[in-house]
Amino acid sequence: MFSMELLRDAVVLGVLLGCFYAAVSIGLSISFGLLDVPQVAHPAFLVLASYCVFLLNDSYDIDPLLAGLLITPVFFLLGVLTYRLYHETFERRGSDAGVRGIAFFFGIAFIIEVLIILQFGVDQQSVSASYIGKAWRIGDLRIPVRQLIAFAVALALTVSLAVYLSKTFMGRAIRAVAQDEEGLRLMGANPVRIKQFAFGIATAVLGIAGALLIVVSPVDPTLDRVYIGRTFCVVVMAGLGSISGTLIASIILGVAESIVLTMFGASWAPAISFALLLGVLAVRPQGLLGR
Amino acid sequence: MMGATASEAPLLRIDTLTKTFGGFVALDNINVEIRKGERFGLIGPNGSGKTTLVNCISGALRPNRGAVLFAGEDITSLPPNLRSHRGIARSFQIPRPFRSMTVLANLMVALDFAAHGHLFETEQHRREAAMAILGRIGLAAKAFTPTTTLTQVELRKMELARAMATGPKLLISDEAMAGLSASEVDEVLDLLMSLGGEDIAIIMIEHIMQAVMRFSERVMCLDAGKIIAIGAPADVMANPRVQEAYLGV
Amino acid sequence: MRRGSIAFWCGALVFLAAVFALTQLLQNEYPFFAGYVILQFVVLSVAWTILGGYAGYVNFGTNAFFGVGVYTAVVLVQVFQASLGVQILTAAVVGSLLGLGVGLLTLRMRGIFFSIATIALAIIIETAVTNWRFVGGAAGIQLQRPPVTAPFDSYVKLLFFVQAVLVVIAVAVTRFIQNSRIGRGLQALRDDELAAECTGVPTLRLKLLACVISGALISAGGAPAAMYLQYANPEAAFDLNYSISVLAMSLIGGTAHWIGPVLGAILLGTTQQFLQVTISSEVNVLVLGIMLVLFVIAAPRGIIGLVTRFAGKGGRA
Repeated sequence: MFSMELLRDAVVLGVLLGCFYAAVSIGLSISFGLLDVPQVAHPAFLVLASYCVFLLNDSYDIDPLLAGLLITPVFFLLGVLTYRLYHETFERRGSDAGVRGIAFFFGIAFIIEVLIILQFGVDQQSVSASYIGKAWRIGDLRIPVRQLIAFAVALALTVSLAVYLSKTFMGRAIRAVAQDEEGLRLMGANPVRIKQFAFGIATAVLGIAGALLIVVSPVDPTLDRVYIGRTFCVVVMAGLGSISGTLIASIILGVAESIVLTMFGASWAPAISFALLLGVLAVRPQGLLGR
Repeated sequence: MMGATASEAPLLRIDTLTKTFGGFVALDNINVEIRKGERFGLIGPNGSGKTTLVNCISGALRPNRGAVLFAGEDITSLPPNLRSHRGIARSFQIPRPFRSMTVLANLMVALDFAAHGHLFETEQHRREAAMAILGRIGLAAKAFTPTTTLTQVELRKMELARAMATGPKLLISDEAMAGLSASEVDEVLDLLMSLGGEDIAIIMIEHIMQAVMRFSERVMCLDAGKIIAIGAPADVMANPRVQEAYLGV
Repeated sequence: MRRGSIAFWCGALVFLAAVFALTQLLQNEYPFFAGYVILQFVVLSVAWTILGGYAGYVNFGTNAFFGVGVYTAVVLVQVFQASLGVQILTAAVVGSLLGLGVGLLTLRMRGIFFSIATIALAIIIETAVTNWRFVGGAAGIQLQRPPVTAPFDSYVKLLFFVQAVLVVIAVAVTRFIQNSRIGRGLQALRDDELAAECTGVPTLRLKLLACVISGALISAGGAPAAMYLQYANPEAAFDLNYSISVLAMSLIGGTAHWIGPVLGAILLGTTQQFLQVTISSEVNVLVLGIMLVLFVIAAPRGIIGLVTRFAGKGGRA
């Protein structure tokens, strides 16, 4: 009933899936892992991006990946504005800000979900492109082309962001503000503007990630709920603030989901990331490579 | 003064205590004993590990090596609230009042869960006890105002009062006088002196040397996580290593 | 304090008497259908506030406790043909055990991790119930109401009254906590957990207590829903809208006092009934979300805060 071939297939697909999850989660690694913002609306922004891509693809026949690239600056702005609002309202206030900050993002997530439903309905939507529907043979396996493309783009995105954060001046400033905001302030830099920029990037990345999401499979408005589990599972497993850990953690999650899907079917799949998340929180909350 | 009552068991014993944060050694093999009712000064330049030591004593941090023994019991892995019940109280370097409550309510929290709770059966009793404490430190008039309206010196005094309300045998005052004017420093010093008379050991962390000299029976100086001097206040102040650590001379 | 308690219990008895009178006087069933839902949200919001408002730990798994309450009732009806009272009591016990489990697993975590962990548990429980064939799995299960007994002439009126009793219980428990040193301890740990611990507050124990009581009341409030709908399925019972609604009602009402979630639930619950019927349930959630965000930004202490601010200004003038 359960063969080595099936297992191998599951693992390979899991690795592809995992890299995709990395692209989806890396923004949260920045906004929550580095900047400590309780960005529960991250998956909602992701789904929003997918629907924007759908709109551009459906109405103007724009290639989904290109559409993703086009909406990136819009999402950057969205991120900057969201952070500004969050900072002015909550980061500057006192003790109660924690509860209200979390509630703020839950509210935003729900508003986005409902607006999508009102605009597009609850049915699934998908995009069309030349590479969707084809599959390639690699060795013994038949892998859908769209998965391979998502894998490649996701890997490129994750690696370039990791490089950006460790090698460039701005990237290192972002890491610095995560570690010692006061120190940075004393050196004359403006931590708020750095964090704002970082949050903008974290949200901008979702433009491309959203495109990958709808390329890989159809989306529906409630997809953000299961992605709360996936993205937070990855970020927590990686260890808050570890960008490189994001890739490893994502692959672990991808492979775990893929194996469970093969062995137990789809009805258990949504719970995997949440179960893994709880496990990590209970046993090793600092993650694999935490700050 | 030193070792005069060596036959009596120490109230607090720190035994080969070491605390590291990643690669950084905050406390390196600290050994010290504090007697019952002793007035103990703790000095050292910024970053020398004073607050880290306080955190290890009060339970906010666990050391990597070594032990904290209080009244003969090993409390190294005890959570902060149980240490409070055993009799350890502290103030914070930057005051941490309960912001959503009045001054009186802040003190009542301490009385609500104090180890000697059976003495304060009803809400009414606790309220009266809290008002009495506020009266002694001169904050009775502000009992029903939110803590956000207090001045700096009032916040420090309330913080000490809240710590005292738990009925401790050891009180740690962490830079309660920092940034205060000369007369305000005297206010806080007088408060601590009056407390010391009640057989409560007090560890005072301060940079204001005159206050440390007047207050302490013994002084210990930390530098880079190590003890560089311990003894009578005058001796420690005259110690060239201490002067070097503070003044870089 | 005693005078306040007498006033409270008199008010509670008057409330129950009024509810009972309504069930005897009104013939039309619709107000009871709608009223049941509103009272249910009062119970849920007040219960939520114990953990979310007083302790400051935002439980986003309210839907899990609610669903567990519903399905406890389902199992009891299917296996034992249990009465409504037994359903509710058992649901409370199950809810308290779930609260204990959730608490032990998650309460050492910081605020945001706790919230995410509650979502995780909710999804895991929902997934498990969806795969449980005995209660009908994803398709759900039909339930049979027992015959209604005097003094009520319809089962919905009975449920309406039962939910009113639950409101009184939930508010009484919350009020007791609020006025006791448990409440003050929770407030202290919400303001500054470390300072509270160093002041002797047994923070973990208090958080667990809040979780257990909150869970028990939410599950108890959910149990009658099985008989109310005569039908249960996982998607409806574990609907995430319960979580966002209760969060919104509590924060909008104000969490400093138990009257906050009561007001929030009545206000938003009524709006909800109106919008769901006249426009759509999506618009209802949209309004809820927008109001939540607006209040959280502009009126941090909720309706209570607004009222005390304006009352203060009026008094001084």
